[in-house]
Amino acid sequence: MESSWYPIAVFFAAVFTNNILLTNYLGMCSFLSVAKDLKASVGLGIAVTFVMATTTVLNWMVYNLILEPFGLEYLRFIVFIIVIAAFVQLVEMIIERVSEGLYAALGIFLPLITVNCAILGVSLFMVIRDYGLITSLFFGFGSGIGWFLAILSMAGILQKLKKARIPKGLEGAGITLIITGIMALAFMGFSGMLQIG
Amino acid sequence: MAKGVVKKTFLKPLGKDNPVFVQILGICSTLAVTNKLENTVVMSMGVLFTTALSGFTLSLIRRFIPGRIRMMVETMVIATYVIIVDIVLRAFYPDIWQQLGPYVGLIITNCIIMGRAEAFALNNPPGLSLVDGISTGIGYSYVLIIIAFFRELLGTGQLWNVQIFGDWWTNWSIMVMPPGAFFMLAIFIWIVKGAVIKEEQ
Repeated sequence: MESSWYPIAVFFAAVFTNNILLTNYLGMCSFLSVAKDLKASVGLGIAVTFVMATTTVLNWMVYNLILEPFGLEYLRFIVFIIVIAAFVQLVEMIIERVSEGLYAALGIFLPLITVNCAILGVSLFMVIRDYGLITSLFFGFGSGIGWFLAILSMAGILQKLKKARIPKGLEGAGITLIITGIMALAFMGFSGMLQIG
Repeated sequence: MAKGVVKKTFLKPLGKDNPVFVQILGICSTLAVTNKLENTVVMSMGVLFTTALSGFTLSLIRRFIPGRIRMMVETMVIATYVIIVDIVLRAFYPDIWQQLGPYVGLIITNCIIMGRAEAFALNNPPGLSLVDGISTGIGYSYVLIIIAFFRELLGTGQLWNVQIFGDWWTNWSIMVMPPGAFFMLAIFIWIVKGAVIKEEQ
């Protein structure tokens, strides 16, 4: 059923038409709190992309090679979150030892990622949509890039907005949500390009 | 336990300490499930159940949890209850379960529940934590239900799958699509914050 272009299509769909943040609302918490700061947004974006791509593949293996053969699908929530937490912890320790500069740039974001719902969400979508291994890799990577793209554009827009006059009640989360809504509208323009369920 | 404390604990998350529009937590599910009233109510029940019981359980075992791994323990307890919710929904409401998709599982990473566990359950007795969990769940639910009410009504002209508006009504289909969710929540926060600011002046 999967043609060789399918993973590529899934990748583009995950970045543009089915953007994990703008159409599935995942990762909003960290999005709202971090987007104020452009530099932090870049750091978090890179960290999310990396963790998302790797944990999706890891969770695919765990799900298809361990949970399914033993009929333990109902444990997937608990197992996925353990895999993600353990992996993030491991990456944090490795980065701390290997590169101090990288640790200073990304280190503080890694613990945040364990509770980023987008990471778990991508793994759960992968199970629901029944993706293969390669497709899962592209899907995880694409979702990460899509999230990165969204937070980066938002951080850029918020920089400009610092000088704007915003109604008092809308300051902070309110205006961010409205801009996210407009961004979601803009991204809906891509939806004619591809349709991936 | 003094009665005043219980009452205060119960009322706080409903108003000035509301998880959704004051603390801006748990936004993912707030946006995702509010396109239909039916889904919203089911989701709210799930969250209410999870916050209440995970708070209670964590409070019971709070003296035995080592500080270093407490996040992990919290996640495990929450995940256990979420699995129960997931299985119950799949068994009794398969249609709604299908529509909610991954969002039931995502209750685990809902920052509201984690936040309450960290901030409240680990420092307070079980009874009080249960009260706090229930009221946090209600505080979350009523915001979602209000948002879902307007989104479903304006977006489809229906409420709880019953046609409310007649033929003259043109559906605002944007309301049931993603951008509508963002706009609705922003407007809600705007109104509430505006009222609070006015009160202060």
